[in-house]
Amino acid sequence: MGKALKYLLVIAGALVMLFPFAWAVITSLTPDGAVLASPPDFTPEGAGLGAYERLLAAMPFWRILANSLWIGLASTALQLITSAMAAYAFARLPFPGRGALFAVYLATLMVPLQVLIVPLFIEMRTLDLTDTYFAVLAPTVASAFGVFLLRQAIQQVPREFDEAAVLDGAGHLRIFAFVVLPLIRPALATFAIFAFMASWNSYLWPLVILRSPEFFTLPLGLAELHGRFTTEWNVVMAGSVVSVVPILILYLFAQKHVIASVAQSGLK
Amino acid sequence: MSVTTRAASPVERATAPPRRTAGQRWRYAGTVAIFLLPSLVPLTLFTLVPMAGSLWVSLHEWDLLQPMRWVGLANYADLLGEEETRAAFGHTLYFIAGYLPLVYAGGLGLAMLLNRAMKGRNLFRAVYFLPVITSWVVVALMWKWLLNPASGIVNWALGLLGVEGPGWWTDPDWAMPSIILASAWKDLGFVMIILLAGLQAIPGEYHEAARVDGASPWQRFRSITLPLLSPSTFFVVVISLINGFQVFDQVHVMTGGGPGGATQVAVEQVYKLTFEYGRAGAASALSWLLFAVVLVVTLVQVRGQRRWVTYG
Repeated sequence: MGKALKYLLVIAGALVMLFPFAWAVITSLTPDGAVLASPPDFTPEGAGLGAYERLLAAMPFWRILANSLWIGLASTALQLITSAMAAYAFARLPFPGRGALFAVYLATLMVPLQVLIVPLFIEMRTLDLTDTYFAVLAPTVASAFGVFLLRQAIQQVPREFDEAAVLDGAGHLRIFAFVVLPLIRPALATFAIFAFMASWNSYLWPLVILRSPEFFTLPLGLAELHGRFTTEWNVVMAGSVVSVVPILILYLFAQKHVIASVAQSGLK
Repeated sequence: MSVTTRAASPVERATAPPRRTAGQRWRYAGTVAIFLLPSLVPLTLFTLVPMAGSLWVSLHEWDLLQPMRWVGLANYADLLGEEETRAAFGHTLYFIAGYLPLVYAGGLGLAMLLNRAMKGRNLFRAVYFLPVITSWVVVALMWKWLLNPASGIVNWALGLLGVEGPGWWTDPDWAMPSIILASAWKDLGFVMIILLAGLQAIPGEYHEAARVDGASPWQRFRSITLPLLSPSTFFVVVISLINGFQVFDQVHVMTGGGPGGATQVAVEQVYKLTFEYGRAGAASALSWLLFAVVLVVTLVQVRGQRRWVTYG
């Protein structure tokens, strides 16, 4: 294949990937009257940040953004801690029934969220916890996927490292925290990226369990915004643009690692 | 999943229960508990108990408000007889049939373009991956706007080419293609990255040797690239099918199952049964039926992989 043709195709592909984002930005800067113009008005009068102002007036946007961020970070941190600890037990602490228990963990991996939606909703309602941060966060705290991933990583840590620590009189908590955890940092980072993305994008469960806008996460806030501003696409796109920015910034910093993690997950 | 039985290492011997006094055994059990409980407690409360609960609910008639009424397997029997269930699974299969070939062919094409060293490769890779990190709701909204029948940019561009664009998500015939298009666009980068990693694991000498023997690019693609890429392809197909059967976010935002039920997929049906039709029991039953389908499909693939997946 000719080199020029190859570049042409790659660039065309990149434009297809970028255009929807660019169009969202352009639409968000379009004044109210010109949004639905047909043919599109590319140089409308009064272009500016009007839609963003309306967005901020229509919903507690900063609060919703903060919710998404802190829920994502908290969920990621909790999953890292709980998964790494369980992974250590499954890799390093023999106990009766360990294999069976690990099989139970793995089995939960196969159960999709929608199987759990109804009883989880009832459970939260019974505990009077619907429409709370706790209800959004709680089902994400334990991750069988994380336990599986980190157990693999811990198993690859040579036992000589632990043994040296044992001879120094260290208990399991110290071995875990100061010997094993530092050695599995790449796996922890990979898992953290997956966990944060899952929480950041999560829609179905927050949709079911949350009612009040002040607890909303971004996907929920945006969907609700779309419900109210059905035809006011400049406001909806303003919301979309602003909600992409934080994850985009994170992505720019972690880009290489994110892509390496995904690539690794396909190579067994 | 294998639990290896091997000689205990010094660490395990030093901490293994049998040689210890009762007090030390309790201390060891306490240590195990400290490591396990932080995940076991939430896993039990928010996954295992709801799993059991879901099976229990699926055997009842229930609108979430009145007391539950035991109906045995009637929900399952009802669902299997209902036109809506067949339609929901049909729409889900329609989605998969459109989405999987599109995302695989597109992902493979991009991966092959980026496989050789070229200027700006990392930049292109990062750009293609951008939709993957964007949340589904944002992607669905962006595409709903791009594909807006009256004022969307896509139909305007089609108009410039002299083509009258369809009604996209407002047209029962075009609603599912719209969702498929948006979904393939979002996941293309993910598939590309997986396949690119697979391509780069293929030793260059294989292609060299085949070229020396006079194999055409197409022959090399058929006899070297595709077979050696099969583990990555397998991974992509398994993941895409699991996700495809569970498609919901983009449907819920773009069409809500409409117009006229044309995109009413299985999970959307679970959602509606629960929160709109007051049939939580049937919804749970449907979710288990869907789970059974996904499980069977996945197992069939895992068993069938020997026939076409080559592990180097």
